[in-house]
Amino acid sequence: MKDSLNPLLVSRRWKPWEAVLWVVALVSPLMLPGHALIINEIAIVALFAVSLDLILGYTGIVSLGHAAFFGMGAYTAALFAKLVMPDPTVGLLVAVVVATVLGAICSMTIIRGSDLTRLMVTLGVGLILMELANKLDWLTGGADGLQGVVMGPVLGRFEFDLYGRTAAWYSITVLLILFVIARRIVNSPFGATLKAIRDNRLRAMAIGIPVTSRLAVIYTVAAGMAGAAGALLAQTTGFASLDLFEFHRSADVMLILVIGGTGWLYGGVAGAVVFKLMQDVISAITPQYWTFWIGLFLVVLVMVGRERLLKPWTWFSRGGKA
Amino acid sequence: MLTILFDGVAYGMLLFILAVGLAVTMGLMNFINLAHGAFAMVGGYITVLLMQRAGIPFLVCLPLAFLGAALLGGLLERTLYRPLYHKPHLDQVLFSIGLTFMAVASADYFIGSTQQIVQLPEWLKGRTEIGEGAWMLGMGHCLFIIAVCAALTVGLQYVLAKTRFGSRLRASVDDQRVAAGLGINVNVVFLSTFAMGSGLAGLGGALGAEVLGLDPTFPLKFMIYFLIVVAVGGTSSITGPLLAALLLGIADVAGKYYIPKLGAFIVYCLMIAILIWRPQGLFVRQGGKS
Repeated sequence: MKDSLNPLLVSRRWKPWEAVLWVVALVSPLMLPGHALIINEIAIVALFAVSLDLILGYTGIVSLGHAAFFGMGAYTAALFAKLVMPDPTVGLLVAVVVATVLGAICSMTIIRGSDLTRLMVTLGVGLILMELANKLDWLTGGADGLQGVVMGPVLGRFEFDLYGRTAAWYSITVLLILFVIARRIVNSPFGATLKAIRDNRLRAMAIGIPVTSRLAVIYTVAAGMAGAAGALLAQTTGFASLDLFEFHRSADVMLILVIGGTGWLYGGVAGAVVFKLMQDVISAITPQYWTFWIGLFLVVLVMVGRERLLKPWTWFSRGGKA
Repeated sequence: MLTILFDGVAYGMLLFILAVGLAVTMGLMNFINLAHGAFAMVGGYITVLLMQRAGIPFLVCLPLAFLGAALLGGLLERTLYRPLYHKPHLDQVLFSIGLTFMAVASADYFIGSTQQIVQLPEWLKGRTEIGEGAWMLGMGHCLFIIAVCAALTVGLQYVLAKTRFGSRLRASVDDQRVAAGLGINVNVVFLSTFAMGSGLAGLGGALGAEVLGLDPTFPLKFMIYFLIVVAVGGTSSITGPLLAALLLGIADVAGKYYIPKLGAFIVYCLMIAILIWRPQGLFVRQGGKS
């Protein structure tokens, strides 16, 4: 019983509401058959946000180029399906491996420097990949995007249907698997060292945490997960375009994470649900100018204080520190 | 070949004028402001609209663009930016991205998404050519840009190095707390610097409206360029960003001319290489507090 006092073990244990949440998620394509497409999108974006949370929320690396890995995964999956074989599971694995390798290479760039330098380098990597996808048009289709991707059935049995129900289940399952892995990582001693690095890098170094290698490893893992999210998107829509690398995608995923709350894995999932529904509603009202409202939302969010957003009872009291 | 060099220098000068305000604010308050391009866009639109709708000559529009952007910058600094100075970088990044999105969407809504065309006066349109062959030097609008930007650079250098305001500013950049302890009103210094920086961005936007192209996505398109100038040049002096801007301008123009297939690729690779090599920027002054 003494073990239950150990906070690492307590936070690691699965809570009942988590199981309920995942069951609801898995049943949702059945309950809302007309909305399977958006459920699929939410699952993908949630996976993307969870991967960013690993580096932003848990390790404190401000990255504006996370879409690089997302796009890399998407293009890899699409090209693999088009040129090698249409099996989605193998394609997903290949995409994850490629994105992980890319992440391992890029992790060297984020070790040194200030926040600004890191921001610039991550942004630069995204732009380089976008430029590459644009110029290698014999391979990627350039600005027109990569079309004509035909996916085979999942596990050789479940065909992708027009209503996106298979796609939704496929994405939710992958999300669940990777979420469990991410949960395992952040609740392990390894995850605790990441939080130590986020809170005070100098002290973390002083107590003997190998900061450089920890940063590199978590960045690589997050890149692989972002690649998986990208691969899911490419496989379920059968399309990959330059838009995947765009700056606004990195900014959006950051916004999603911040809406849900950083440093909390369900933050990414909650943020994805809120953001996608909000985007759906606002863009139905003003299709062209919805970025204005997103921008306004961001400004207000920061002004109010992002940790207070989910606690409405603190809105009108003057906080001691804020 | 000289023409390319010359165009590159003009482009670099323009980038410098656009980005210098950002360099100072980033160095002064350690504030990551991704919305700097929005002020440049405001300046550009003021010029275009005044010239098209009111028929005001180009040269009169330039100071107006400066004033407009500076006023807006001062207002926003006082109301929105100031509470954020001591927030984490993530908040600042989110806030300024939000501001940029709003600027882009509002420009789209009020003015339209088409690219605006600046009618330059006749005397700027002419093109002078000197020499021949590979060393031919063609000059036009660029000459005017270089002249204005060079004058501004010299002026800025003078203000920073010789005037009382300049020494206060440098003191605040080096160590804000000690400067405040010495009786320098850091808030006022920062407000005026921010307004100046925004004004310069507005002026740059007005000057460059024809060369860079002006449409509502301007702040997003050039944000990366401003940030490159600042990150590569370092934030501690204005010589650093100037050299970085010139380097970037020449590399970009030459890259697009000689190897158009690679396009902006070279610039980004160069930036990443430089930043891995020297994370604090190329030109760092010793003694300042980072």
